[in-house]
Amino acid sequence: MGSSNYEKYKSDGSLPGTVLEWVDARFPLTANWKAHLSEYYAPKNFNFWYFFGSLALLVLVIQIVTGIFLVMHFKPDASLNAAGVPVAFASVEYIMRDVPWGWLIRYMHSTGASAFFVVVYLHMFRGMLYGSYRKPRELIWIFGVAIFLSLMGEAFFGYLLPWGQMSYWGAQVIVNLFSALPVIGPDLSIMIRGDFVVGDATLNRFFSFHVIAIPLVLVGLVAAHILALHEVGSNNPDGVEIKKKKDEKGIPLDGIPFHPYYTVKDIVGVVVFLMVFSMIVFFAPELGGYFLEYNNFIPANPMQTPPHIAPVWYFTPYYSILRANTVNFFWIDAKLWGVIFMGLSTMVFFLLPWLDRSPAKSIRYRGPIYKWALGIFVVVFFILGYLGILPPTPGRTLLSQICTVYYFAFFLLMPIYSKIDKCQPEPDRVTSK
Amino acid sequence: MSSDDKVDCGRRRLIVATSAVGGVAGVAAAVPFLASFAPSERAKSAGAPVEVDISKLAPGQMMTVEWRGKPVWIINRTKEMIDGLKKIDEKLADPKSERKMQPDYATNDTRSIKPEIMVAIGICTHLGCSPTDKLKTSDAVEPDWQGGFLCPCHGSTFDLAGRVYKAKPAPDNLEVPPHYYLSESTILIGEEKKGA
Repeated sequence: MGSSNYEKYKSDGSLPGTVLEWVDARFPLTANWKAHLSEYYAPKNFNFWYFFGSLALLVLVIQIVTGIFLVMHFKPDASLNAAGVPVAFASVEYIMRDVPWGWLIRYMHSTGASAFFVVVYLHMFRGMLYGSYRKPRELIWIFGVAIFLSLMGEAFFGYLLPWGQMSYWGAQVIVNLFSALPVIGPDLSIMIRGDFVVGDATLNRFFSFHVIAIPLVLVGLVAAHILALHEVGSNNPDGVEIKKKKDEKGIPLDGIPFHPYYTVKDIVGVVVFLMVFSMIVFFAPELGGYFLEYNNFIPANPMQTPPHIAPVWYFTPYYSILRANTVNFFWIDAKLWGVIFMGLSTMVFFLLPWLDRSPAKSIRYRGPIYKWALGIFVVVFFILGYLGILPPTPGRTLLSQICTVYYFAFFLLMPIYSKIDKCQPEPDRVTSK
Repeated sequence: MSSDDKVDCGRRRLIVATSAVGGVAGVAAAVPFLASFAPSERAKSAGAPVEVDISKLAPGQMMTVEWRGKPVWIINRTKEMIDGLKKIDEKLADPKSERKMQPDYATNDTRSIKPEIMVAIGICTHLGCSPTDKLKTSDAVEPDWQGGFLCPCHGSTFDLAGRVYKAKPAPDNLEVPPHYYLSESTILIGEEKKGA
């Protein structure tokens, strides 16, 4: 990071200056401010797609702050209260009805969960548009995929806490997936639940994972993601390295300081985002059952599964891939194939930096094959997501199987099609006006 | 200590040895934490048997009781329902109940002690959802439906003896829990008959 290359602050004799000099002699404050903000040179041609990194950071802060306040009133307890309602479920209703402004904090948290995935999916798509995972940014991408996987865990653990019907049966199905693993499977699923069925032990440990373990991992990974980014510098919509052309001071010709240029740009993004976010929080917090499923307003009943269960929208593409596996082949049955392919579909992103062999990074200079491949991939991702919400029929299962094959072909055939694709030459410098 | 000296092999060995011993201690320290994930003694002892009065269960009806946090179904099958079981053998994955999903005393054509009274754990053998009852032939979810159950999660179907249909996500028949009759109309679920 080289923060020691920055000079320590020398006081101009004023009181704030003297305080800063005192701090700088003991802590690299000015050095870090310069290294990461005022003298971190980012390409000058960032466009719309570059809002989502800073927005993801904003949503993380929203989730942590609202989460801290929710924990003050929530009780992870599956036992029944005097009225015969599970305590955990009742404590969420208490937050919604009796805690001053509790409804707002809770709706911000539940909307924030979905917003997180919207923002992260768009952020990942940006990386795929402009080849942001390519050398030398492989580790940024790997940290990013790890953040994505942790986020899925965080969302899954959090979803059990309101202890509604969807919470309960969703956790039941997902934990039972692990029982499909050979030899260790059945015992592993018992170890995850801490009981023979999803129960109070499960609720308490998921609460612990959700409020302590995964958030710590997430914050650490986010720090690593940003440190790695600031080590190599940001990619840009042209996919060319701005560090190749520098002025006599060693500053990239196409670089501008992150602060104030991009802090100001990102504030515009934050304002627009918060407008949309507030509209959902205040006027449609359930968003038609997609952000908060209706069945989750019924307390968990271990005796009865709701007639139709589906995961929340951000998991449905992978859920479709799970369900698309209906054939036993080799010596492995369909249930285990489903689990394997669902796992692989989330982790295959790790390989992207090494699967892509294109001479050009950015979609602007890549050939027609990749443009079509990525376009169809997006459509396939949406189809899988939509199918995951619906109950299965033979026709839908076939469609999900076709989409699953395409999903994996997009990644695994990439070394071939990205190499034979006819790319245009990349420019020497970025092309913003 | 000067850096251009040769490596002191004695000290290097000491580093390797202390790292190895420290590593073992680290792994050992993880054991109690990992072991704490297992069901507690209280969870293990919560499996007390449940006594059920079935005197009010009319033919053709079912009731659900809770045992070990799981739904247990008791179905009072009519003569037509029992006759229907034989008609669909070739559509089932394990019609003869050859896989060990029931105690020996329920390994028969009706998977029960008394032909009319079916006792089964109402948890799908696929991913643990609780199937929905479709007891009447008019509730048909398969051709030639003789009554049974449909799992809402992934579409597995079971007959009135809890036997799973072929080519469904669920690999096995529904589990029959250990149980026996305390009297003509009382079942104890969760325990084998002593000496049986």
